[in-house]
Amino acid sequence: MELVTPDLGFVVWTTVAFVILLVILRIFAWKPILGAIAERERSIEDALSKAELAKEEMAKLTSENEQLLKQARNERDQILKEAKALKDQIVSEAKVSAQTEGNKLIEKAKLEINSQKVAALDDIKNQVSALSLEIAEKILRKQFEDPAKQQALVNDLLNEVKLN
Amino acid sequence: MQFKQILNFKKNTSSLILGVFLLLTAVAGHAQEAIGEAETAEVAHQEEAFNPADAIIEHISDSHSWHLWGHTSLALPVILYTDKGLETFSSGKFGHGEEAYTGKYYTYKLEKNKVKVVDEGGNVNEEASKKLLDFSFTKNVASLWLSIIIILVIFLSVASSYKKRVGKAPKGLQSFIEPIIVFIRDEIAKPNIGYKYQRYMPLLLTFFFFILINNLLGLVPLFPGGANVTGNIAVTFVLATITLLVTNFSANRYYWKHIFLPGTPKWLYPIMWPVEIIGIFSKPIALMIRLFANITAGHIIVLALISIIFVFKSVAVAPAPVLFVVFMDVIELLVALLQAYIFTLLSALFIGSAIEEHHH
Repeated sequence: MELVTPDLGFVVWTTVAFVILLVILRIFAWKPILGAIAERERSIEDALSKAELAKEEMAKLTSENEQLLKQARNERDQILKEAKALKDQIVSEAKVSAQTEGNKLIEKAKLEINSQKVAALDDIKNQVSALSLEIAEKILRKQFEDPAKQQALVNDLLNEVKLN
Repeated sequence: MQFKQILNFKKNTSSLILGVFLLLTAVAGHAQEAIGEAETAEVAHQEEAFNPADAIIEHISDSHSWHLWGHTSLALPVILYTDKGLETFSSGKFGHGEEAYTGKYYTYKLEKNKVKVVDEGGNVNEEASKKLLDFSFTKNVASLWLSIIIILVIFLSVASSYKKRVGKAPKGLQSFIEPIIVFIRDEIAKPNIGYKYQRYMPLLLTFFFFILINNLLGLVPLFPGGANVTGNIAVTFVLATITLLVTNFSANRYYWKHIFLPGTPKWLYPIMWPVEIIGIFSKPIALMIRLFANITAGHIIVLALISIIFVFKSVAVAPAPVLFVVFMDVIELLVALLQAYIFTLLSALFIGSAIEEHHH
């Protein structure tokens, strides 16, 4: 019976001792220990989730980069294509304009040549007629120096008129 | 997979080493105790026959002196609160428990390790003895404080290593203690108490390590172990009372509603109320008795086995009891851990059931 009867003195001692232990441990041991464990767990969790996020970010960046690269390539191709088309156009336009300009020049030249030829021919004709007249005058003068001849001609001409 | 096996192997090895170490201490300790007891038994033999029941009760009970070895004992202070005032003196004044000591107010004598008031003729004065309040610094009290010093040394050093190694992996003693703390948090507090578990963690951790360290100290038969602290009903009474108080003071209205307005027909209330009120107290009483009985029973079995040697008065029979004692000590190691775990678990369970939220 003595074994199962709590002794008052020891009950008091145990209560005091246990409460002191509980208070000291609570302030100086459990608080820092539990805090540190929780903190460490949180930081590990954080680190893991951050790593996961970084991985996702990385994947996103990589795919973005690829997309950008693809887009850039496409753009470059397009620009090149456009430039080529423009060049072709310019060249062909230049060709066409050169052709027409040349043709125009040739036409003009032809007209000029013709007009010059006509002018030259006219000049020659005038000169030939002037020369012929001069020659004819000279010949006539020579022939009609003799008044008998003049009379004979006038008579001829008069005869002819009478006949008419 | 291979890595896992290595881990397990490492764990097993360390526990094996620990087990062997504790086993060796236990064997050495019991051998020592056996020698000590043999001497006392020889003395006893000259006077009277060896009585195992008395010897066992003496060993598991509290004492005013702490037996060191042979005939050497450490005298502990006696602190008495009498109706006339406080009285303090060394228990060495009682000699080996036979002599009477006259203090300031009364004359005292030890009877079955209890301080009693005696008259001049040496007869016990029962009436005056009843008024005597004994707050002596006994063997159990000394062992209790020793265990508290050990616990403080362990956990304050662990706490300081947490402060020194912020955010780093645990090391040394810290890495031995941390899994236990995490186990108590994740396997005892969280599932039984719920999201408010943090409030009760300090109490549960203190329960666990206080009981564990005292159980283990009780298994060491040499000084400074050997006191039967957790096997003393006063200690388990205090611990269970703390559980009772914490449970009922943190209880919510659902807990009280369940006790005073249970879901039974109203005419059954006069029967239900006493049952429920008994229920409040029966849980901590079960806690108190479970720890006390388990630890005391373990001590009694070990002491009974040792007593066989003295009953037969022969060293020749010694190997068999010693073998059983070793076996019992190994079981007691398990029980020490198990009872600390059970007490903590059930305390968490009782607290958890008192603060549980019901959604009807």
